[in-house]
Amino acid sequence: MKEKELNLSLYQKTYLIRRAEDAIRANYASDKMKTPMHMSAGGEAIAAGVCQALRPQDQILGTYRSHGIYLAKTGETDEFFAEMYGKATGMAKGKGGSMHLTAADGGLICTSAIVGTTIPVAVGAAYANKMQKTGKVVAVFFGDGAVDEGVFWESLNSACVMKLPVLFVCEDNGFAVHIPAEQRHGYKSIVEIVKHFNCNVFSAETTDPEAICKLTLQAIEAMGRTQRPSFLHLTYYRYLEHVGINEDFDAGYRDRAEYEKWRKADPVVLQRKNLANWLSDEEIKAVERTIDDQIEGSVRRANEAPFSRPQALYEDVLA
Amino acid sequence: MSRMISYRDALNEAMVQEMRRDPRVFVYGIDVADHKRIFMSSRGLVEEFGPDRCFSTPLAEDAMTGFGLGAAIAGMRPIHVHMRVDFLLLGMNQLINMIATHRYGSGGRFSVPMVIRAIIGRGWGQSFQHSKTLQSWFAHIPGLKVVMPSTPRDAKGMLVAAIRDDNPVIFIEHRWLYDVVGEVPEHADEVNLDGAKVIHPGSDITVVATSWMNVEAVKAAEILEKRGVGMEVVDARSIAPFDCQTIIDSVRKTRHCIVADNDWTHCGFSAEVAATVYEACMGQLRAPIRRIGFAPTPCPCTRPLENEFYPTAVDIIRAAEETLKLSETDLSHEDFYSYENKFKGPF
Repeated sequence: MKEKELNLSLYQKTYLIRRAEDAIRANYASDKMKTPMHMSAGGEAIAAGVCQALRPQDQILGTYRSHGIYLAKTGETDEFFAEMYGKATGMAKGKGGSMHLTAADGGLICTSAIVGTTIPVAVGAAYANKMQKTGKVVAVFFGDGAVDEGVFWESLNSACVMKLPVLFVCEDNGFAVHIPAEQRHGYKSIVEIVKHFNCNVFSAETTDPEAICKLTLQAIEAMGRTQRPSFLHLTYYRYLEHVGINEDFDAGYRDRAEYEKWRKADPVVLQRKNLANWLSDEEIKAVERTIDDQIEGSVRRANEAPFSRPQALYEDVLA
Repeated sequence: MSRMISYRDALNEAMVQEMRRDPRVFVYGIDVADHKRIFMSSRGLVEEFGPDRCFSTPLAEDAMTGFGLGAAIAGMRPIHVHMRVDFLLLGMNQLINMIATHRYGSGGRFSVPMVIRAIIGRGWGQSFQHSKTLQSWFAHIPGLKVVMPSTPRDAKGMLVAAIRDDNPVIFIEHRWLYDVVGEVPEHADEVNLDGAKVIHPGSDITVVATSWMNVEAVKAAEILEKRGVGMEVVDARSIAPFDCQTIIDSVRKTRHCIVADNDWTHCGFSAEVAATVYEACMGQLRAPIRRIGFAPTPCPCTRPLENEFYPTAVDIIRAAEETLKLSETDLSHEDFYSYENKFKGPF
């Protein structure tokens, strides 16, 4: 992909995530979106950068904080907002909500409300891809809290010993809910520990979507070359509270000054600057208007859509 | 064409034939490919299908359960094997929170064709971490199928059906059933995963049994038959979905019911059966339903205490006599099952 197209696509993804979540925040007070929102704001560079490096047929899995990867991977907002509003037109007919996003055709296998649970599922999908020679890459996103869970180590070890093409993406915001890493980790560096496993390890602390995209491409290339999994550790700052649409600096567990520091390198602003090397301000504004219109239309249709009929409760339990 | 083969060989044959038929089927779990081959039920698989389709895994039941989910979603048909049901507890998070809900949570866009085989241990010192059944734990959760075949015919037919099913199926096998020999078709015929079956006909009392307790119940029925008492044994087979109609039909005929579950009774499958029969047959019952199960304790190691822990054919006979208000049958000349005739241990 040419640099211009790459930067345009990355900006479309970051802007879409930010503005879709702005729409959630603007409409949340109506109390029509009755689902626990874990917002992606601040982490857009990871969602956009990693998903940009993937192809449409590649597969991803995520956490309860997955608005970003859903939007970056699919570009779709109709089913997304319908699911937030609990409507029949949502991807899970309103049965999943914000924490349980899927895109069967878009390559999102699942997201989960229980920390660490999608990591082994990704390893199994990678095995299936290897056996069926699909060439698909599986990327699984998880927070630094997930590395406290035994299943992370079981999954990493299994993928390394079975030499499976799975990309582990650790989105490290320094907190597991509200508990900082220092209180949870009896070791210095997760990256240094993972280097002892038979996999390729990459890490970065950047809010630049393009840099993350290029690092992800390296990680995928290494996976193919070495026939080993890759581990990608990316540090970011969660702008909003753990769950909900508000800031939480008054809670006392983190400092607004830290937020202000990260905000100066905001991924959406940064990617807009990147794109300004290729497009005029007017052209960028046109890109933004298209996305704003898409979101506005999706929110309107979600509002107007019907809820699932009562019988739907009993459907889709078994095949 | 049918011939007589063991439960163990029936399981093996089901996997071999399905793996030949469908390249998506694979078998994995701790020790499936080692020299013991899960009590020989997985013998020959790694030789015929290679280490990519039959492999032993790291000791990581949690991750390996989720692994099966991922493989199933992405187009394979996994068979995950646990040498004891107790080990499956380490995978409960994946099983209950992820596998059972994946189809529902995706609005029906994904299905999870996956089989989890788990073996119940008993005897020769299995004690409290190698002897659980837990079928009511699994069956309590919507989104899982749970079956407990008790004959070689059902072992093969239900495993074939489970592998072809597009849902997660928990397949619970009793270790003592492995040596039971019975007639099994050579062809890979399916046995439905949603039906109970009358395995011994009778008109005076119904015994609903699960897994090994069917062997005990049939023994009890044969002994009572000699004094003219007709005991109908219904093998529940499918715990979820639960075929209550076959059981209700039997109880409406006999008007007496005992539930002999291979498990504890409290909050167990036997309570579900009893409640269902009461709901359907209250006015027709001539005596209260009796439930037979494990003693309400952990399972002990030593043989004398283990004898107290497990119910047997004798308990079923005595319960039937009390229900039907009969005198005690003389059992002094009867020959009951003893695992010492099969096992020298360790196993």
